Amino acid sequence: MHPALSVIFFTTASGAGYGLLVWLALHAALTGDANPLIGWIGFPLALGLVTAGLLSSTFHLGHPERAWRAMSQWRSSWLSREGLLAVLTYIPALLFAVGWVLLGRNDGLWMLAGAVAAVLAMVTVYCTAMIYQSLKTIPRWHNGFTVPGYLAMAMATGGLWILPLLALSGSDLQTMALPTMGFVLLSAAIKWRYWTATDNAAPTATSGTATGLANLGTVRLLEGPTTSETYVMREMGYRIGRKHAVKLRRLAGFFGLVIPIAVLAAVLAMPGSGTMAGGLVLLAAISGSVGVVVERWLYFAEAKHVSTLYYGEEFA
Amino acid sequence: MTCLPTTAGSKKLGLVIDLDICVGCHACAVNCKEWNTSGHSAPLTDWNAYSDDAEEDGDEGAWGVWFNRIHTYEAGEGEDARTVHFPRSCLHCETPDCVTVCPTGASYKRVEDGIVLVNADLCIGCKLCSWACPYGAREYDKTEGVMKKCTLCVDKIYNENLEEQDRVPACVSTCPAGARHFGDLGDPDSDVSQLVAERQGYELMPEMGYKPVNRYLPPRPRRTKAEDFGAPERLADLALRVPAGETTSDASGLLGWLDTMLSR
Repeated sequence: MHPALSVIFFTTASGAGYGLLVWLALHAALTGDANPLIGWIGFPLALGLVTAGLLSSTFHLGHPERAWRAMSQWRSSWLSREGLLAVLTYIPALLFAVGWVLLGRNDGLWMLAGAVAAVLAMVTVYCTAMIYQSLKTIPRWHNGFTVPGYLAMAMATGGLWILPLLALSGSDLQTMALPTMGFVLLSAAIKWRYWTATDNAAPTATSGTATGLANLGTVRLLEGPTTSETYVMREMGYRIGRKHAVKLRRLAGFFGLVIPIAVLAAVLAMPGSGTMAGGLVLLAAISGSVGVVVERWLYFAEAKHVSTLYYGEEFA
Repeated sequence: MTCLPTTAGSKKLGLVIDLDICVGCHACAVNCKEWNTSGHSAPLTDWNAYSDDAEEDGDEGAWGVWFNRIHTYEAGEGEDARTVHFPRSCLHCETPDCVTVCPTGASYKRVEDGIVLVNADLCIGCKLCSWACPYGAREYDKTEGVMKKCTLCVDKIYNENLEEQDRVPACVSTCPAGARHFGDLGDPDSDVSQLVAERQGYELMPEMGYKPVNRYLPPRPRRTKAEDFGAPERLADLALRVPAGETTSDASGLLGWLDTMLSR
């Protein structure tokens, strides 16, 4: 599949933003500390990432001015459900933000708003993942690893981004660093299983079943329908990702797993939240996000669409 | 509504394509473009149509919206290999995910005849429907910012301004080989259903579960024996007496020298 930058940016940025929203709600519930520094940076960061992601995916449409229509078909379409949930999440999220930032409160009803926002945020990420997981045409997406992967990576990047805020406000890093580490490891484990399972998966369809000519022998494309690339070849027939898959997987592992885990281990081993720790967790957040972007790029670029069977692929 | 009709009628309009007859001339694709560029989904725009390296859209090569694409495949090995021309368009599936994934309700399946259409006034151009189609049948119109697809010439097959025999899709009326048939595949007594039954017509990628309506008729087995195409028996005997290939291995002298020179 062609890795459109707008979709990669949307899924990774909104994932981190929604994840951060969950961690802010957890912070409120666990500590009751409405530290203004965390609020003033945390909410613009979380909602900014979400909004930037949504806007980037909207401007990528052929008719952005009609985007509102996308909320109408929630009965059948995961994309519609995602749009609706994304808008609904803003309501409790903004209440939660107002309470924390303007009124200095994140207890009681304000905390409840945070809890509702956290739940809706995760449901939105779930809907995003289901858009991809529900596509039977793309075997690398149509499996049980897509939804857990999106959810775990949203929580991991969100957790990595709340740590610099905690460090800046002089709060304790340990409580959040340990579960964040858990989510980083969980993301890596899901991705590892995803790659081994999908690399060795039996083909969903072949050029033989696509043309129905299998009984004549191996079916090969002799002549395509056009001299240059059609829309389908441009959109679905992306091969560069598959060529460099191994190198890119290593890069994703280095930035997304090795560096964040090393930093989190150091933070856990040396309690306190000095400037050093703050700089390190900021580095981990940036590195982790780069890792997830590389992973998401691969998620698209490695995926083979069954319609490419008509254009020369033998199996998908 | 992008939910599929729950009270779907029994009528399933579709195409039957005879892979034994198709000669791969692309006339169906050309007439499709011709009719539909001023039809229901008009216009069918093109990019860089006259150049292969223009940067008009920041992209190389000519491309544009076509509802019908003709591929040519080779199947089998050696002497038994067959060349098969393969027209490919929307199969107007009974359970098409391209409809249910649509977030706006622009994609829909008609209750009355099962035709799958796009309402260009509602389409936001998110392209998700083209991702959901296993058959690569939907093509995005970059100029108009909306998705387009085969309409089964909905503006032709019901058009009372046309003679009755012309009320078939453009690809069917233009096929010079008679390889394309149009009709109601939901009616077991229709000509197309009879043809499918007689020739063991099949659906593409049944494992995807989309239940396509269109059917393809397989190439007939290769006819190599005299009786396969009704030639008299005596011709079969005659055929056996024709040398399989000419040989010059016993040529000598001048002829042998000539053979060597000419074989260089």
